[in-house]
Amino acid sequence: MTTWLFRRLIQALFVILAMTVIVFLGVNVIGDPVEILISPDADQAERARAIIALGLDKPLWQQYLIFLQGALHGDLGRSFVFNEPALRLIGQRMPATMELAVTAVLLSIVLGIPLGLYAGLYPDSILGRSAMAGSILGFSLPTFWVGLMFIMVFAVELGWLPSTGRGATAAFLGVQWSFLTRDGLAHMAMPALNLSLGNIALVLRLTRAGVRENLPMDYVRFARAKGLSPARVVFVHVMKNILIPIVTVIGLEFGSTIAFSVVTESVFAWPGMGKLIIDSINVLDRPVIVAYLMMIVFLFIVINLIVDLLYTALDPRVRLESRQ
Amino acid sequence: MSDMTLEVRNLRTHFFTRAGVVRAVEDVSFSVQRGRVLGLVGESGSGKTVTGFSIIRLVDPPGRIAGGSILFHGRDLAKLSEREMRGLRGNRIAMIFQDPMMTLNPVLRIDTQMIETVRAHAKVSHAEARARSRDALGMVGIPSPDERLESYPHQFSGGMRQRVAIAIALLHRPDLIIADEPTTALDVTIQAQILAEVQKLAANVGTALIWITHDLSVVAGLADEIAVMYAGRIVEAGDVATVLDRPSHPYTHGLIGSVPSRNKRGTRLRQIPGMTPSLLDLPEGCAFRARCAYADAACEKDPPTTEPARGHALRCFHPLLEPVA
Ligand SMILES: Nc1ncnc2c1ncn2[C@@H]1O[C@H](COP(=O)(O)OP(=O)(O)OP(=O)(O)O)[C@@H](O)[C@H]1O
Ligand code: SF4
Ligand SMILES: [Mg+2]
Repeated sequence: MTTWLFRRLIQALFVILAMTVIVFLGVNVIGDPVEILISPDADQAERARAIIALGLDKPLWQQYLIFLQGALHGDLGRSFVFNEPALRLIGQRMPATMELAVTAVLLSIVLGIPLGLYAGLYPDSILGRSAMAGSILGFSLPTFWVGLMFIMVFAVELGWLPSTGRGATAAFLGVQWSFLTRDGLAHMAMPALNLSLGNIALVLRLTRAGVRENLPMDYVRFARAKGLSPARVVFVHVMKNILIPIVTVIGLEFGSTIAFSVVTESVFAWPGMGKLIIDSINVLDRPVIVAYLMMIVFLFIVINLIVDLLYTALDPRVRLESRQ
Repeated sequence: MSDMTLEVRNLRTHFFTRAGVVRAVEDVSFSVQRGRVLGLVGESGSGKTVTGFSIIRLVDPPGRIAGGSILFHGRDLAKLSEREMRGLRGNRIAMIFQDPMMTLNPVLRIDTQMIETVRAHAKVSHAEARARSRDALGMVGIPSPDERLESYPHQFSGGMRQRVAIAIALLHRPDLIIADEPTTALDVTIQAQILAEVQKLAANVGTALIWITHDLSVVAGLADEIAVMYAGRIVEAGDVATVLDRPSHPYTHGLIGSVPSRNKRGTRLRQIPGMTPSLLDLPEGCAFRARCAYADAACEKDPPTTEPARGHALRCFHPLLEPVA
């Protein structure tokens, strides 16, 4: 177990290192921030001074090493635009994105699993069929389009929900959260649902497939032959088996939900990290872009690790293998 | 007769598939008495498993019991509500499945799977249920049962898993156990051990046993009566001596081949030339006639069940005369 964890951490370190190179090179390919940041009427000397101030006069490899050195000390550079540490900027926006992503994932669990169970147990029922048909829409409709439709219907036509922003927030652990106020929740409803549609569809289909696959298995029939109630057979015997892939996927989806919140945050003007990164890309604020991408990579690594740990907790067969 | 545990009468279980009706069990009758062992033999696909599942009412759609009665202590199981049936399953009637690798839930510990069975039918504390589970494991010869309770199925060998399944079947000292080829997947020594133990337990507790198998040598040593199934029907049934030593049905005779000795172990069912007919829309007449050396025009009709001797049932127009060469 410890060697396994150690090996995983070493692996993670290499992944992060590789990502720094890719991200750093990638950002340099997108465009030259000097053109955007420095006013066109600045003279040569001013230009040169600004370039030196941004550290862009040095060769790329040197910039990279400077970045790496900073990164080792937890400093991912200062935003060209805000002149603030990039990490702090991201940190300020993170709670907004996190609460959106967590709500979206919770929605996918709370709606996806029961609907998937139902659709798996009663595949020919009207609800089961509708859930399956709906899940195809959940997959295939583009997020931004659904978001716009939500705004059209619920904000513009019906006027039930506010269309933009986080609404009122309240402090908890020194951070401002929307989910703690009524107004904040009203603001969160549409973006969270928008963000979770794909996940709901995925969890629903996965659950249904798991149920369909497990029901004909001998262990289910044996459980029934023992005289167990249908509830116990489904919620304990079948559920424990299908939870393994579901937990894996939900965990991995959590990462991409955060990454994809870019679209939803833009549509609903939700002041989260996604909004920040889009704005930063527009002005080629390299340190923020790099810091954001590194943060996402880090997040994915942490999530993968947690999923693997959960996996071992859920599946006894995996546990044995990791011990050997 | 109060000693009659199970009496199946004219049972019919059909699968209503898209391609047509599969008559997996057609007009099957047999009975098992307290403490006795009935061997149900037949080739693959003859309907043995479906018969077993029909008795505990676990035939899933598109299959269903289409007729007949299943009298368990005189009560017709076919007429019970699902709830009443659930009270009997695992309690008064237990089943052991063919493949021990697949019957236990891979992600639940043995204790969970045993304790839930105890508590499904008896209002006892967790500790009491656990104690009963441990005793049952000990009874089927699993060493250090207390520790083994905390294992997962994958930590057991196939033979040990089948013992666990048998222990689960024994938890409530059922009146009837349906054992569906429980030893086929195991090696010969373990088979013999399990057979001996099950036989002993059945005799001690008075459990009636239906032992489904391909392996004639197993039933020869174990069963009191034998029923031979072919294409969803019982073609010959009677006590072991009658059926194995002096088979009257050409199919039974074919199965036994030229070594009818019932004490000779290792006598597998002999391959009979030809194929089992598809049970889908089976034409009228004896289902065996395409493979039968004695078939004639009379066999184009369904042979009725006759009773050439007391306790000996037969479905054939031209029974073999004794002694069989
Ligand atoms: N779900 C089903 N749908 C359609 N037909 C089925 C279904 N289950 C079983 N059958 C049919 O019922 C017949 C009897 O099957 P059964 O499993 O009882 O045979 P068996 O005697 O137990 O064979 P084996 O020795 O291989 O276990 C088979 O011909 C099979 O085609
Ligand atoms: S009824 Fe005819 S075909 Fe069928 S087993 Fe008897 S002799 Fe053979
Ligand atoms: Mg079978």
